Formats: sequence, C-alpha cells, structure tokens
Amino acid sequence: MEVLAYLIPISLFLGGVGLVAFIYTVRSNQYEDPEGDARRILSDEWDDKPKP
Amino acid sequence: MTAQLSSGTAACPGCIAAPTEPARPIPEDVQIALSLPGIHCSACIANVERALNAHPGVDDARVNLTLKRAMIKAAPETHASDLIPVLERAGYEAHELDPGALSATQSDKAGRDLLMRLAVAGFASMNVMLLSVSVWSGATDATRDMFHWISAAIALPAIAFSAQPFFANAWSALRVRRLNMDVPIVLAILLALVTSLWETALSGKHAYFDAALTLTFFLLAGRYLDYRTRAAARSAAEELTALEVPRAIRLVDGVEEEVSVATLAVGDLVLVRPGGRMPVDGEIVSGKSELDRSLLTGETLPAFAETGLAVSAGEVNLTGPLTVRTTAVGEDTSLHRMADLVAIAESGRSRYTSLADKAAKLYAPGVHILSALSFLGWYIYSGDIRTALNIAAAVLIITCPCALGLAVPAVTTAASGRLFRKGMLIKHATALERLAEVDTVVFDKTGTLTSGTPELTNLADHSRGNLEVALALAEASSHPLSVSLAKSAKEAGIKPARLEDVVEVPGYGTEGTYRGQRVRLGRAGWTGATEGDQTAAWLAVAGQAPVAFLFSDSLRAGAAEAVHAFRDAGKSVVLISGDTRGAVQSLADKLGIETWIAEALPQDKATHVHDLSDQGRHVLMIGDGLNDTAALAAAHVSISPASALDAARVASDIVLLGNDLSPVADACDTAVKATKRIRENFRIATVYNIIAVPLAVAGLATPLIAALAMSTSSITVSLNALRLR
Repeated sequence: MEVLAYLIPISLFLGGVGLVAFIYTVRSNQYEDPEGDARRILSDEWDDKPKP
Repeated sequence: MTAQLSSGTAACPGCIAAPTEPARPIPEDVQIALSLPGIHCSACIANVERALNAHPGVDDARVNLTLKRAMIKAAPETHASDLIPVLERAGYEAHELDPGALSATQSDKAGRDLLMRLAVAGFASMNVMLLSVSVWSGATDATRDMFHWISAAIALPAIAFSAQPFFANAWSALRVRRLNMDVPIVLAILLALVTSLWETALSGKHAYFDAALTLTFFLLAGRYLDYRTRAAARSAAEELTALEVPRAIRLVDGVEEEVSVATLAVGDLVLVRPGGRMPVDGEIVSGKSELDRSLLTGETLPAFAETGLAVSAGEVNLTGPLTVRTTAVGEDTSLHRMADLVAIAESGRSRYTSLADKAAKLYAPGVHILSALSFLGWYIYSGDIRTALNIAAAVLIITCPCALGLAVPAVTTAASGRLFRKGMLIKHATALERLAEVDTVVFDKTGTLTSGTPELTNLADHSRGNLEVALALAEASSHPLSVSLAKSAKEAGIKPARLEDVVEVPGYGTEGTYRGQRVRLGRAGWTGATEGDQTAAWLAVAGQAPVAFLFSDSLRAGAAEAVHAFRDAGKSVVLISGDTRGAVQSLADKLGIETWIAEALPQDKATHVHDLSDQGRHVLMIGDGLNDTAALAAAHVSISPASALDAARVASDIVLLGNDLSPVADACDTAVKATKRIRENFRIATVYNIIAVPLAVAGLATPLIAALAMSTSSITVSLNALRLR
C-alpha cells in the first residue's frame, strides 16, 4: 500500500493542473465565441506563422 | 419650400449640405460595434476582418461569429458610417450598434463567476469520488480514515467557494423569514459536512463528502443552464435596442450638427429628414410633410403636417424635411408617458408563481419536517445523538432537490433553444409556462398582422393612360403610397408617360405637366376630390374628375397561418386596433376573425385585456405599437415583433425576430410540451424520493446509495428534457 503515498498526491496534482488550466482559459476570454473559434481553425490564414 | 426636381436622386437639399463629420468630444481610442446578420462561415470571418483591418484608422477588428458582431478598435476620427460601406462593398450587410447599450454582455461577470464555481465543484467532486469509490470497494481502518481526511481537506474549501450562491440566497430568504429551495440545500450540505467530519474524527464508516460535492455540482449546473438561457436572450434583446442608435440633427444658427438625443434640451431646433423618426415632442416651425403615426395610434392613414402642428416622439416623417422646436425631451415625452402605463399594468403579471416556486413551497417544509422527525424518532429510540444526526443528514441529502434543481432549467434551455432557432426570443423566465396556459389570443392590426406597407387594390379599375401618368408621378416621390403604386404598375407592365416639370410638394403630392396639361397625384383635398375612409392617393388630370388609387395594408407573412393554427387549436382570436372601422373589418373578414374592435385607444386595449382576464381567460397579446404597450403588459403573456418600438419590446415576454408570424402558433405547442416535460421531471424526481427516503429514514442508506440516487435522478431528468429539442 506504500504506492498510495505517491499516487494520491499525483492524482491531486493532476486534478489541480486541470483546474488551473480551466481557470486560465475562462480568465482569458476563450469561451466568448465558441462558434467562431470552431470555424477559425479551418482558415489557412496565419498557418505558416502566428498572428503578430 | 423645398420643391425638388425629379432627378431620380432621393437626396434632399439638407442632406447635401450636411457636414460629413459631426463635431463632438471623443476619447482617444473608440470602440465601434457592428451587427453583421449575414455572416456564417470561416470565409466570412476572414473577409470581414481583412476588409476592416485594411481601412485606415482601424487598429484592430475582431469578429464574433456566435453573436454575429464585429468589435472594432479605431482612431477617434473613424465612424461606423465610414465602415459600413466598406463591408457592403465586401458583400456583407452591417448595422451600427450602440456600444453603450451592449455594455452588459461585454463584461459577463456573473456567468463567469458561476462557471468558475461549477468547475471547482466538478474537479473536487471527481477527486473525492475517486477516494470514495476505494472506500466503498473495501478500504478499512487506517486507510479508510486517511481517505476520509483527504476528502475532507478537498471538500471543505471547495464547498466554501463553490456553494456561495446557495449560502447567499438561503441567507437572504431566512432574513425575511421565508423558505426557498436554497434553505434545504444549504442545510443538507452543511449537515452532511458536519456529520461526516464528526464520523471521520471517530473513525466511523460513512462519510458524505462526495455527496455534498456532487450535490453542489449538479445544482450549480442547473443554475448555470438557467443563467445561460437568460443571458442569450438578454444579449439578443440588447442588440435589438442597440440597433437604434439615438442620434438627432440639431440646428444651431442654421448649422446642422449631429448629436445624441440625450443631449437635446427644450427649445432646441431639430431637423427631421424624410424617413426619420421624431426624437422629441415639439412643434413644427417650418416645413410641410406627412406623418406616419401608426406606431403610436395604429392609424395607417398618414396625417398632414405643417407649421404649428404639435408632433410626438416616435412619429415618422414621410415626405418633406421638418424643423421642430423641442417642447419636451427624454422622460417627459408622450412616448415615455405612455410607456409609464406599462408600469401600472405590470403589477398583474408578478402575481404568477412559477412551477418551480410552487414545487419549492411544497417541498422545503416537507423535507425539514421529515428530517427533524427522523432525528427525533431515532434519538428517542436509540438515545444516541450521533446515530440520530447521521440519519437526519442522510434523509436531507437523499431528498435534496438535485433533480428538482435541474428539472426546470434543463427543459427551459431545450425549449428556448428550439424556439430561438425558429426566430423567437424568450425574454422572461416564466414566459413558456404562461404561454402554455393561453386560451385567448389578442392581435393588434397595423404592424403585427399587417406588415405596415400599403398595397394597391384597384389597379384594374384604371385606364392605361391614367396609369402611365400616375406611374410617372409616383416615381418622383419616395412616399410609401407612391412607391407601392409604382411597384404594382411596373409589375403590370405599364410604362411611365413622358411628363415635364415634375415636382414633389411635400405634404401634398407630386405635380407635373402632361401634354401641356397640369396633372397631380396626391391628397384628396389637393387634387380636388373628397376624402373617403380608405387609404387612397388621387390622380387629377385637368379636365377630368379625379380618380382614386385605393390601398390596403398588406398582410404580414404567416399571419393567416398563425390565425388559423390558433383557431384550430380551439383558442378564441380577437383583433383590436386603433385604425378605422372599414380597415379593421376588411382585415378581420379576410382572416376569418369574428371578434374585432376598431378605433380603440391605448387605454381601451388594456381595459379589454383586463376584462378578458377577469372572465378567467389567459390572454396572449401580440402587438408592436406604443398604443399596445399597456395591453402587452396587462396580458398574461405577450409577444412583439422585432420591428416594434423599443417600449413595446420591453413590455413583452417574447420577441419575434423574423418577419414571419407563423412560428407564434408553434411556440404555443412547444410551450405546452415544455410544461408537460417539467411536470414529468417533477414526477420522476418524486419517484426517486419515494424509493430512497424510506431507506434513509430506516437508517439503511449508505453514501453509495445516496450517490446512486442523486446521479441517476439528475441524469434521467436531463435526458427527459433533451427529448424536446
């Protein structure tokens, strides 16, 4: 059962990473235009270099 | 007098003289919002953004496809009026939006806040559930205690953060000594946490940390759905308001300047161009024209306007430019005073209690009594406060209204989404439930059943020669009757006669010379005819008696279908209008409406709706004008088309976005179905409680049973709601 000492902190850490990532996406307005973002990915503008 | 040659341009002399840039103080970087109803794909996004970014003065343009809107950061000297033609050249329809009216959707703080709490509850409940599953599958002694302590360490802060909306609501209800749905929720969550902590400290077997968290998660999901539905409706309603950018042209020492309506003061001179709406109440100081008062009174016949006539905000100027001296602005205008009738009438609607509130009223005291009784019973029976408290907590958790919290929002979200795709916007939370009860439908005429554009009815009665002259005269004017006459004549294959010296005399009609003789098309008095009660334009050719071109208001698309669908569904249909008897009767006959009232004043409309309500009818009022607002607010539920005045849209529960009226009858069906689903959902939730509650009271419930009951009932309820889509 010693393995629990590693597994539980790891699972809690991973959960925390997911939560922090989600909070970051909400804070940076990534859910403002779900439909537009779904379409933008199909455009080949800025495919070779990122938008400045 | 601004008589004008028939050069074909619609511009009045004032328009040509207008300054291109209005002078007003503007902050450094301006935000411009444009509505783009036509965009739908990734190519549209790219084209619009490319066109806008290429325009000098635009710093950054970003399209939001979900809201069909473009937000533009631009240099101060750039105006929406410069950008709209840019987009029109690129092939996209664009309208300016008032960024001030959009502010509420821009910073959607409440929604983000709920989403964050939902996420925290979700992540915490998953982690705790993981630990709980190991306990249920056989962890014992020290391992179980450790798992319980870790669960507690996750659950306590997570609930302290994510259940705050429930704490706040329950506290505000308790402070005024009332019970709402949130009181049993908070009690269940807190009691579960306290007993679980106690059990954990004493190395007990059962801890309900996972139940407390899943409960919070499911209930927050319901709240969030509810919030989203209302936010979507609110932002669309806001957009309709923002489309009417409140601007007016003020004359200062003969110089025109474009200003916001809010800055106008009593005594200012305001220029209203043909096609423009009166921004203020006032008196005409110069100019002759005709006024369309249909939005205020329901009359379709344009009224003659000349110097000295008092005008009200909301009337539309039809033919010639008018200069108006302001006598009342803002809240003192008759437009606002009429809108105040709404506030008086609205008190009736607040009496309606939603199904959810009715359920909560039965439910909240019920669970409290049940849980208190099981606590007392077990305390008397076993004498052990720990067992008694554990069982009381289990009862509260199992009866907790997870399913009830989802039952209503899941159905309303599904139904509102379905209606939105058909072009209807549900503005009020309980509008669907009220719509389901409707048994009487009251229609307004002008602008609701009719589209407000006149249609020529007696083309065949006229000689070809007269038609050719009339067409030539009609083409020289932008008056709605002329436009309609020209359209019908051209469709009938008539060629315009060759006329000379054609001039439009604002307020009267058009005049010209045909083969050396004077010809006139216009008002009855001006052409030497006597006025009838039907909308008409008269043609006078010298030496002949004047002949009348009769018009009737054309039907709105889908109006006949809607009326028939309501009658087939067994609802009684009533037509109430402020228009003349003849016009109302002919429309009622055309649509097969038996009950109609003509020449009704705004108060009459509201009184009639009240009378119907007093007879026990549930009235659906459909109207668009200012004269309808009081009736819209007095009715059990109300619908207005998007073309309606702002005040009418605000007073109604549902806004019809498209031009077609036929989805209205369909909305009633959807509402009936939605209410049926809500009741079904309540029944499903009750059945789960009937099975699980005896187990809890008997002390047989375990955290596993609680988790199963909670999740299955919530999921069944959500799936049942999805059947509506």
